[in-house]
Amino acid sequence: MNAITQGKRLRAKSLILLGLMLIVLFLLDIGLGSVRIPVSEVVKTLLGQQIDNSGWQGIILKIRLPRAVTAILAGAALSLGGLQMQTLFRNPLAGPSVLGITAGASLGVAAVMLAAGTVTTTFSIRELGVDGSWLIIIASTLGAALVLMLILGISFKIRDNVVMLIVGLMVANITIAVVSIWQFFSNPEQIQEYILWTFGSLGGVTNEQLGALAIIVVTGVILTFFLSKTLNALLLGEDYAQSMGLNVKWARVAIIATTSILAGAITGFCGPIGFVGIAVPHLSRSFLNTSDHRTLVPTCALVGGILMLVCDIISQVPGSQTVLPVNAITALIGSPIVIWIIVKRKNLKASF
Amino acid sequence: MMKETRTILSTTNLTVGYKDKKGEKPVLTNLNLSLEKGKLTCLLGTNGAGKSTLMRTIGGIQKPLKGEVFMQAKPIRSIDAKSLSKQLSLVLTDRISPGNLTVYALVSLGRFPYTSWLGTLSQEDKDIIFMAMEATGILEFANKHIGELSDGERQKVMIARTLAQNTEVIFLDEPTAHLDLPNRMEIFHLLRELAVKGDKAILLTTHELDMALANADHLWLINQNQSIDSGLPEDLVLNGLLEEAFQRDQLQFDYELGTFKRTSTQSKTKVRLEGDVILKRWTKSALERAGYEVTPDASDLEIKISGTLKTPLWHLNYNDTTYKTIQELLIQLNNQ
Repeated sequence: MNAITQGKRLRAKSLILLGLMLIVLFLLDIGLGSVRIPVSEVVKTLLGQQIDNSGWQGIILKIRLPRAVTAILAGAALSLGGLQMQTLFRNPLAGPSVLGITAGASLGVAAVMLAAGTVTTTFSIRELGVDGSWLIIIASTLGAALVLMLILGISFKIRDNVVMLIVGLMVANITIAVVSIWQFFSNPEQIQEYILWTFGSLGGVTNEQLGALAIIVVTGVILTFFLSKTLNALLLGEDYAQSMGLNVKWARVAIIATTSILAGAITGFCGPIGFVGIAVPHLSRSFLNTSDHRTLVPTCALVGGILMLVCDIISQVPGSQTVLPVNAITALIGSPIVIWIIVKRKNLKASF
Repeated sequence: MMKETRTILSTTNLTVGYKDKKGEKPVLTNLNLSLEKGKLTCLLGTNGAGKSTLMRTIGGIQKPLKGEVFMQAKPIRSIDAKSLSKQLSLVLTDRISPGNLTVYALVSLGRFPYTSWLGTLSQEDKDIIFMAMEATGILEFANKHIGELSDGERQKVMIARTLAQNTEVIFLDEPTAHLDLPNRMEIFHLLRELAVKGDKAILLTTHELDMALANADHLWLINQNQSIDSGLPEDLVLNGLLEEAFQRDQLQFDYELGTFKRTSTQSKTKVRLEGDVILKRWTKSALERAGYEVTPDASDLEIKISGTLKTPLWHLNYNDTTYKTIQELLIQLNNQ
């Protein structure tokens, strides 16, 4: 029994270590980019002190700080969405993007960008400020929730998880097809805006919008933490969970609603960002060697933030003027991580 | 003690089965059963007879087509999931393998109905988990992961989880399905001990006749009329209901051995055996498989068994030869 308290101490240490890593990468992400700013100057600016170079101060506060915060929020939100989906469907390959949630969010955004005409192009949405950001968030969350409700409805009929995953992929394809047809009948300018959005970007979130995004993501993270006990019970499958007194139907709805809010909001602002949602839960489980969601939820949020910061640093290509689409970088980094874990552990399937 | 107070779960005119667009499909009808504390009850039936359906229904997972299930004299459908989870726990056939879950973490999930919103374990919870693991003999695996356990160990962990859930009734669906003989015997022994010492009502489904006959305090036997005969195992054997329930063409119940065996309609060569009871029993088994009929009457073919248990000898009457193994004996008989 001593080993159990030892494990707890180890987990606390790991969380502190991850927290420190997050802070270091956060400062590096702000410091690195087309213009290199020393970390000491970054810290000074963040602490509210004046620095000699007012240009740097502007870059830090107006451009890089919102982007770095967005990276952490996006990483945490997508990872927790993935964690919940993997536990709910008891499938190691589940994630917000695989089950069509991201596609649903894209549909919502496409509906706003393509259907409503010039008034709601990305540019004018940014001009709309907070109201516009709510519009995008609501549209993408509703889109995500719509697809998830559909999948949820089908999942009542199908109990096999692999079949469920295939159904999710098909629903995602249908959603993408609807968006394609929509694009076909839209103006080239509108399509361009939409395609730029699909590349994914952490830099498009302004300071005002960041507030809205932060409130939603933090709420989602707290809701997920509240669902820890429920998620733990679901590890044994729905029949066992029910026999332990869990209201399985309510739990399903709560988990899916939380995931749609998290994945929907991030997708609305940053575009469809893949792979973080699948890779981070596995990394966290592997790192801490636990299935307890009370530990996994904070760990996933931290690891997700760290991974997104790394991806953002790479996508800025430090020292050059080029900025690569972040969606490509997450896939480039995320896929090898997933392969590495599968090869190293050989028991990815045994996680469920 | 009065019989009434021992009964914890009962059914009245219960019909279980499935409902679909074409109508109701009853699997078992008109069941009046009762489950008693301190007893191990075995639900015995052939594949597809409705064992799981009945268990799901009286466990409150599935709705009955007709009739009522009572838990402590209260209709089970009127009990909410959380209260029910403090009275009834399950071990299902689903093979669970969350690789990262440790044995301790899995057993502690049994405390789910009792813990706060975050699932934090109190000292009392921890004590109960410790006792559950001690009773099932899995303390040494506490920090192992589920994926590292053998099937038998895993089953014990699942039983420990039901003990942590601290319920008076425990249902187990085919708990010994994938286990070898020593593990099967160990699990049955463990469950009997838990029923008697812990004063729990334990119901398990099985299609393993020998295990059920040897270990059950009470049998629920699914018969061929979509109903259940309930009683002491030995009573059900002697009144012929057990043989009736498993009745198939070419199957016959051996009342001496307590197992079923195939019967053949072909005419057979008769053999008379003489010798020690145990040696005769195994020789008979081999001869019958090879197509001979062992008879107590005088016969042209006679085999005298001599020697002791570890060094038996078989003497064949017509060629006056002694054999050291049944294999050699059978080769001679077949060449004849």
